[in-house]
Amino acid sequence: MGSEELEFVANLDNAMETKDINVWFGERQVLANVNLEFQTNTVTALIGPSGCGKSTFIRTLNRMHELIPSAKLAGRVMLDDEDIYAAHVDPVDIRLKVGMVFQKPNPFPSMSIGDNVLAGLKLAKRKVEDADFILEDSLRKAGLWDEVKDRLKTSAGSLSGGQQQRLCIARSLVLKPQVLLMDEPCSALDPGSTRRIEETIKELRESVTIVIVTHNMQQALRVSDYTAFFLSEEGHPGHVVEYGLTNDIFHEPKDQRTDDYVHGRFG
Amino acid sequence: MSKALSDTPTQPWKTVDPEFRKQQLITHLGTPVLALLFTVISPMAGFTGFCVTWFGFHVFAAALLAKYGKKPKSYANAFIEVFVGVTIFVFVAFVSTVLWPVISNGMAGVSHLNLLFQDAGKVGADASLDKGGFGHAIVGSALMIGLASLISVPIGILAALYVTEVRGKLTPFVRFFVQAMSGVPSIVAGLFIYSALIISGILQYSGFAGSLALSILMLPTVARTAEEILRLIPDDLRTAALALGGTQWRTVRMVVLPAAKSGLITSAILGIARVAGETAPLLLTAFGNNVLNVNPFSDSMAALPSYVFNQMLLGGDNDMARAWFATFVLLIAITILFTSARIVADRMKRN
Ligand SMILES: Nc1ncnc2c1ncn2[C@@H]1O[C@H](COP(=O)(O)OP(=O)(O)O)[C@@H](O)[C@H]1O
Ligand SMILES: [Mg+2]
Repeated sequence: MGSEELEFVANLDNAMETKDINVWFGERQVLANVNLEFQTNTVTALIGPSGCGKSTFIRTLNRMHELIPSAKLAGRVMLDDEDIYAAHVDPVDIRLKVGMVFQKPNPFPSMSIGDNVLAGLKLAKRKVEDADFILEDSLRKAGLWDEVKDRLKTSAGSLSGGQQQRLCIARSLVLKPQVLLMDEPCSALDPGSTRRIEETIKELRESVTIVIVTHNMQQALRVSDYTAFFLSEEGHPGHVVEYGLTNDIFHEPKDQRTDDYVHGRFG
Repeated sequence: MSKALSDTPTQPWKTVDPEFRKQQLITHLGTPVLALLFTVISPMAGFTGFCVTWFGFHVFAAALLAKYGKKPKSYANAFIEVFVGVTIFVFVAFVSTVLWPVISNGMAGVSHLNLLFQDAGKVGADASLDKGGFGHAIVGSALMIGLASLISVPIGILAALYVTEVRGKLTPFVRFFVQAMSGVPSIVAGLFIYSALIISGILQYSGFAGSLALSILMLPTVARTAEEILRLIPDDLRTAALALGGTQWRTVRMVVLPAAKSGLITSAILGIARVAGETAPLLLTAFGNNVLNVNPFSDSMAALPSYVFNQMLLGGDNDMARAWFATFVLLIAITILFTSARIVADRMKRN
């Protein structure tokens, strides 16, 4: 895929955009002036050493950040030309539009596999006619349908870690989010499950904008179109060192620090 | 070609050397016998004397066994095993001294099942066991405990939810209040309802007044155990539900409460067991009754513990027999409650 082509598509449509995001926990600032644009139907990888604020950043994008009592924020996050932090916006609506998959698979243990997938509909009080279709569709998109179609009524706890994570992906797809946030979704999984999830990401790209945090450089190269490199230098809050097409970041980085990081020379 | 040593499945870690088993048996049975002999011929006397001598002998024997036995182990381990064993024996012995009279005296009533179903309306003091019974007290206890649960379980769980889920500004206050309530002596709970509602004429002596007094005692137990249970629910689940666009209330109702269900049932059962044997708060509120009353809102009502109390005041042989049997029934009911609480809690742990 040529870079011009991508850039062209990109200029047509921004799914989400952050403007000067600054984040604090209590008095301590952990992110400074993050400006990123996420293009519709692309995958953006966020990379950087541990503790540089990737998880914190991703959680500002669906208003999960504010659930931490000491959390503070400045800046804007634009979704559909509207600031998701505007006073009249309900965080619940934002979380319906911006789904999230966590590092540790977290299916609901008291529910069956099928109920887990559809839990979002109930939590959001959405009535649907074709629940069976949605169930199958989401599980297929998450690449799990064939493995679980005969045991939808059994407990989700009986699935392997990789299956549980794909179940969590299916669960967030049910709500038809515009953006899907993934915070190191494969870091707790074996290579086989990781590959399945990467395939899933490539297929999902057709219908949803994906932002994924990863520590795995190869994974970023395999699945993402754009990459943002975060860094938090000693005593300073985390910030974006370089942002661009994944190919450029990995093969022609402009910043020496990016070059060092992607080639494993630190972090 | 190599041949498998054996292809029958076994659990080699569980097989015990028969020689060692024998040595163990000799120490376990020999030391108490020795101790018994010693208590007879020496100034060490009585149950305490026996326990102390037995403990001494057993430590010595265990040390020998640890050193020269078939399966050597460290002195520390041998000592701890003896210590645990003797402690369990002493504990069981103490509990049995309490339980045994209840069981042996209570058994006298088992052949008079009328005691379970009739009331004490036309039964004089020291009447034969074939007449009357305490059915009215069983019904009264069940009604009052049931009502008290209806009041205190929802309030207790709501208080726990406020502290663990809402974490509102009043959290320290709610905690403090629950803590303080759990220290209220049961007679004070009765006095409180008595002075606040009965003297002032709002309520008469009634089952309802009794269940209010019981609620005061149940509430802190339910609230505190429910809080512990809700804390066990991993935060991951709440986060997952919130990220799926759940409001806090829906998250609690659809994810947190179902995950905590069996634990919350346990907290309710523990609350019930806490008050099932209470007498004092009921004397001042439900008062007691000789006949069956099934309406908790009018007229006084009997309960098992207060029935026992009244029978013992009468003091005749047959009155005492009734009291023992009623105590026996209460004991069995509470045992069933605690056992079911355990079973439910175990099931929760397995899920
Ligand atoms: N709940 C919290 N309270 C206080 N500080 C936090 C909290 N979560 C994260 N931090 C701090 O914010 C910084 C960024 O953390 P995080 O976003 O988790 O980094 P990353 O995901 O890039 O490894 C770290 O220094 C971390 O200590
Ligand atoms: Mg992280």
